[in-house]
Formats: sequence, C-alpha cells, structure tokens
Amino acid sequence: MSDLLFFVEVSLAGLGSGALLSLTALAFVLIYKATRVINLAVGEILMMGGYFFLAFAAGWGLSPWLAIPAAIAGGALIGAVVERGIIRRMLGESPISVFMVTVGLGSVLVGIVELVWGTDPRTLPDFMGTAPVFIGEAYVSRKIAISFAVAGLVIAVFLALFRFWRGGVALRATATDQAAAYACGINVPGVFSLAWTIGCGTAAGAGVLLGSIGGIAPTMGAFGLSALVVVIVGGLDSVAGALVAGLAIGLVEAWTGTYLGGEYKLVFTFGILILMLMIRPYGLFGTKEIERL
Amino acid sequence: MPDAMKPARLDVEGLSLSFGGLRAINDVTFSVEPGSITALIGPNGAGKTSMFNCISGFYKPQRGAVRFDGEDVTRVHPPARARMGFARTFQNIALFRGMTVLDNIKLGRHAHMRTNLLQALAFFGPAAREEVELRAEVERDIIDFLEINHIRHMPVAALSYGLQKRVELARALAMRPRILLLDEPVAGMNREETEDMARFILDVKEEWGTTILMVEHDMGMVMDISDHVVVLNFGQVIARGLPHEVQADPQVVAAYLGSGDPAALMKRLAAEADAGAATGGTA
Repeated sequence: MSDLLFFVEVSLAGLGSGALLSLTALAFVLIYKATRVINLAVGEILMMGGYFFLAFAAGWGLSPWLAIPAAIAGGALIGAVVERGIIRRMLGESPISVFMVTVGLGSVLVGIVELVWGTDPRTLPDFMGTAPVFIGEAYVSRKIAISFAVAGLVIAVFLALFRFWRGGVALRATATDQAAAYACGINVPGVFSLAWTIGCGTAAGAGVLLGSIGGIAPTMGAFGLSALVVVIVGGLDSVAGALVAGLAIGLVEAWTGTYLGGEYKLVFTFGILILMLMIRPYGLFGTKEIERL
Repeated sequence: MPDAMKPARLDVEGLSLSFGGLRAINDVTFSVEPGSITALIGPNGAGKTSMFNCISGFYKPQRGAVRFDGEDVTRVHPPARARMGFARTFQNIALFRGMTVLDNIKLGRHAHMRTNLLQALAFFGPAAREEVELRAEVERDIIDFLEINHIRHMPVAALSYGLQKRVELARALAMRPRILLLDEPVAGMNREETEDMARFILDVKEEWGTTILMVEHDMGMVMDISDHVVVLNFGQVIARGLPHEVQADPQVVAAYLGSGDPAALMKRLAAEADAGAATGGTA
C-alpha cells in the first residue's frame, strides 16, 4: 500500500472522529450561547446517551430505529430537568458556581451508570452494518463514514435553524442581549430550556454514534474534554467554529496518533489549546467580548 | 398609523420598591394620559430607573400596582407585556450586535408573530405571507419614518451612537406599542442628535398617537416636548404638572441645584409619607 493512500485513510478516519467531536462541541455551544453556562457534564450526558441506547436496544429489545430516538429523548429529558430544577435556580450566581454544579452533575451521572450497569465496558448492538466503504481506493470504516454523514447533516440543520427559524433567531438574540430580548417579547427562560434540551439531546445522540464505534464505558465522558478543547479553539459561541475546529482536532489526533504514537495525541490537542488561549482567547470564530471564567 | 395600536393609559398607584434596606421608591402615585408625552425627571439616584423597571416588568415592586388601561399588570412578566403593547428602550444601548439594522427591527415583532416551526421551515403559506407583510410594514411605517433607509443593511455595531439609539427606537416601534417607554433617549447625544431624537419622539406622538413615558436628564428637551412632568427625588414625587409649572417649583429648583437643605427636604418627605399612610389606613 502506498504511503499516500495510507495517509488519506488516516485522514478520513480523523475527519470521522472529528465530526463526532464537532457534534459534541455543538452541545457546549448551544448551551453556552443561550445561558452563558459552560456545561462540563456534556461528556457524561453523551455517556448516558450510549447507556440509554444499550438499555432500550439490548435490555428491552427495541429496534435500533426506536432506541436511537428514545436515547436522544432521554438525554434531552436530563437536560430539561437539570435546567429547570438546578440551573434556573442559580440565575445570577457567579459563573464559577454554576460551572462547578455541572462538574458535580457529571460525577453523579457516572455514579448512577456504575450502580446500574457496572464499571465494565460494553459493546452496543450493531445497527450500521460492517461492510467497509471505499472512497476512491481509500478504505473507511462504515461506522465512521455513517457517523461523519450524520454529524455533518445535524450541524447543517442547526446552522439553518439559527438563521431561518424564529426560535433560532430568538436564541441568537438572547445570546447577544438578554434584557433586550426579554423586552422584545422573547421568552428568555423558554429559550434557556430549549437550549439545554436540544444541547443535551444532541450530546446523547453523539454518545450513541461514539458508543457504536468504540463501545461504551463509564469513563467515556472524557470525550467531552476533547470536545471542550474544540469549543475553546473554535469559539465558545460559534456553531461554525465547533464544526471547523472539531474536524481540525480530529485530523491532528489521527495524524499524531498514527505517526508519532497514541501517547502524543493529548499532548498535541492540549498544546493547541494552550497556543489558542495565548493567541486568540475567544477562539477562531468566537465573539471577542466573551466573559472569561 | 397602523391599526390595533390604540394609545393606552398607565396608572402607577402607591408603588414601593426596596433593595434590602434601601428604599428606592416610596409610595409613588402618578398617571400617564393616553396619547401624551409624560417625562419622569429627578436628580441622580432619585429612583427614576427603578420606577421604569417596575413599569416595564423587570423589577417586582413590594407594594402598589401598575395599571395598563385599568388592568393590574404589576406581576406580568416582560414578554407578556410586550404582547399587550408595552415597548421600551434602554439607557445603555441594548441592540443585538452582529445583526443588521433590519434584523434588529424585525425582532421587535417577535412577540406578535404566530407561525410555528414547521410552517417557518417550509416557508410557505402563512409564514411567507407574514414575513412579506412584516417587511412591507416595517419599510413603510418605521424605516422611512425614522429616516434610516440608508443604513438598514448595515450591522448595528458599525453605526454611530445617535443612529444606534434611533435603531433602538425603531425596534420599539416595530413592537406596535400602545405605550412607549423611553429610558434616557438622548443621553450622551450631541445637540444635533438630541434635536433629531426630540423631533422623532414628537412625530411618533403626532402620527402614531402612542402614549409615551420617558426618563430624561436633558432639561431643555424635557421642557420642549413634554405634556406633563413628574419629578422624583429620594424615591418620592416632589412635584408634578405642566413643564413651566414644574420648572418654577422651588422644591424642584432646590432638588436640582442643591440650594436649601437636603435634610429638611427628606424630613418633610418622610412626614408626608407617614401622613399618606395614615389617611390610606383610615380610608
């Protein structure tokens, strides 16, 4: 096999996992944009999505096509309950306190999963098939190709919604100036709920895709940290930034992992993060006057 | 003038608001007549902005009521007030930066739009019609009216301060207000910008007939365009009436220029509040 072909295959795999990073990053962006809260539990919500799918598909024996929406709905429900029950009560508290609450929430979710399903990694029932996909001569794992297509589609839909749907416009308006949005008749608390519900649903969906590629485990929430790097590089409040930075970080991780060895992956990822924070602390596409934690 | 915009009457009755131990507003009562321009003035810290935030629903007063055409709206939250016909501007410009002038103005209509997500996605039928109507109305009644045709596709962040204030007024007008609440509409403006804004406010009153309540520091502007002036100091009404009456009132002069003894004034106000509470109790 030629070196070039191998490079292309590694890059395609990188883009595939990058798309999943983008999708997860989107959950951070949605929630941050609307409520100015960095929800560190996104990774654990993603994990919950994987376990919900396991419960519905393997436990209850539902068809995957029912289990996927059910898992997404489960994640969305967690988001809605957390927003209504905890985050809204903390309106006006310091951002650090709210941030810490989401850290705690992540631990609680991990605990619940370990109690219910144990600590061993599991594999998810297969629903995508295994026949490989070829782009030209390059081989791509079918699951990664499907994940890439789904993530790309979802992000495109979100971009369109932000631009054209009144709810999306309301969210953008709320993100820019809450008081003005409130005075214009926008139901700001409703926008908060919506952002948490959709954001956590998206994370749960990403969890199903990620889990079906690499299996699920209570520790898979760490994927959320890589996604957090993506969000900071792309800009905390930018959907396009999440897309671009997710693909870029996915590529960098695939290249360094293949050519330098797996132990270099995180060095490079977080190296990029540090560089970015030094040069453009508001990210590639972020709004400049973002509050710093 | 667009229809469904009958000017509203506003009554503030015995309103009190404290922040912890600090009395920002103490038993204030006044009315805004339909179709009038009423100005709320007073020295810094007199409670004007607190009063304004109670009227627009951002603060909940501890006692008293705000009535909109006789209906008690004290506990109604701002989005619901927007649907009833309240529109406000802010002391510090509160526009949606990053959006164009036209998008900002159209967002003012958010509360009154009815189409749901699916229709909006499909973008035909009612959604498209509503959008076209909205655009035509905004162009005709607001953009031409406020002379901001040349900047409508510009991002608001690129505009001068005076123009940004005018876009904020445009957005408030897009809300089809029955009462327009203006929080320091000419603060920080130069003379020319102030004169323009004063003219637009008068035009709104004359052509739309909208009831207007404004908080303002610029005395010249207040005296020129107001029908009725209410003066607050230390959270209480110290004078009210026609502009020239208020201007000549010795207490107002004292409050503004500081001649006289502030301690004596506070003592007198406290006595009046006690008397008011006593008569209120026996009635």
